[in-house]
Amino acid sequence: MPFFSRLRALALLGLIAVSLSACGYNVIPTKEEAAKAAWAEVQNQYQRRADLVPNLVATVQGYAKQEKDVLTQVTEARAKATAIHVDANDLADPEKIKAMQQAQAQLSGALGRLLAVSENYPDLKSNQNFLALQAQLEGTENRIAVARRDYIAAVQDFNTSLRTFPTALWAQSVFRDTKPMVPFTAEAEAQNAPKVKF
Amino acid sequence: MHCSWARALAAVLLAALWVCAAWAAANFPPLTGRVVDSAHILSPVTIADLERKLADLEQKSGIQLVAATVPSLGGEEIEPYANALFRAWKLGEAKKNNGVLLIVAPKERRMRIEVGYGLEGTLTDAVSSLIIANAIAPRFKAGDFNGGMTRGVDDIITALTTDSGEWKPKPADTRAERDPSLLDALAPFLIFLFIMFVLTRIGRRGGGNVVIPMGMGRWGAGGGGFRGGGGFSGGGGSSGGGGASGSW
Repeated sequence: MPFFSRLRALALLGLIAVSLSACGYNVIPTKEEAAKAAWAEVQNQYQRRADLVPNLVATVQGYAKQEKDVLTQVTEARAKATAIHVDANDLADPEKIKAMQQAQAQLSGALGRLLAVSENYPDLKSNQNFLALQAQLEGTENRIAVARRDYIAAVQDFNTSLRTFPTALWAQSVFRDTKPMVPFTAEAEAQNAPKVKF
Repeated sequence: MHCSWARALAAVLLAALWVCAAWAAANFPPLTGRVVDSAHILSPVTIADLERKLADLEQKSGIQLVAATVPSLGGEEIEPYANALFRAWKLGEAKKNNGVLLIVAPKERRMRIEVGYGLEGTLTDAVSSLIIANAIAPRFKAGDFNGGMTRGVDDIITALTTDSGEWKPKPADTRAERDPSLLDALAPFLIFLFIMFVLTRIGRRGGGNVVIPMGMGRWGAGGGGFRGGGGFSGGGGSSGGGGASGSW
């Protein structure tokens, strides 16, 4: 009975497909992609901050030329931070993540000093352009914080799926090459993001 | 040995997550309407007035703007609190993320305009910060919460609707016609029925021992909020931390 045996094979195939997905075959790739997407958002927001810096430096320069040191520090920190680009495939590499985090923390610190210094210039503080830039910078810092939180959550989710049942079975067999990703660590410096009070 | 450790760790993690989720959920006031005055600083007249304006805005543009006051931030900064509350309430449509949350914490004397992903280009950080500094903060400083809130909402609506080219009425709710969540809910049962059917066929033909696989995966529930039942609820939108904060 070739017809019935073919039907049986087909049913078995469908059964395998269904039970594969039911047992979490798709979970690991799905979570990996989610973590990568969260990472892209982190980079996006850091880039957004870097894009704001030249404008901010130019505006401050117009009022506070004598603060040369702080201004150069910001420019240099920005150059360093933008030079480090962590690809989505490097997320399992703690060294690269650390390097990037340090560069961004340096830029955070330099920006914090710049905003602190600009408190001393009443004309600058009341400049509309500066106020708008300050608000944008503040908003971007907050977006960075949100994106980082989302990334950490996504990585945690992904890493947990590599180590827990039943997805761990897939991690040990089919996805043997999949490495756990590195989440951010809270750094003392990174928490000193510029705070602006109105 | 190694496996049992991993499972124990997972169990602890999961328990911690549950505790966290319960804690976070317990801290947030329920989304009872477009104005959630859980700090009780607004007059009934103001609330009714704002409700009308906000419903009008959503009807015209599809934008969900919610004004909220909270009794306490629970020791947290307003930025993470507002973002978590925005995401818990899911303001705005799921695809457009066109929600805005104006939140005031009188105890901490902090306020924030949290802007959904989709409106970041219209209600920018700079504009949000101007609205807080010019429209809301001075009135709050004088103790006029009703005036400050009304003026703030007015200004946000103005900022959102000035570019009338982007004004698009919200499409009529066609969920009843093409409700995907019903199929989502039924799919596992249909598949299960199909498998059972096949198995019984095979079993009847004397196909030897058959192993029934147990479903271990989670069948995704339809995401997003639901509108219905006459109440007000978020549409499934999210926010990435856009907007501005201020104090008075």
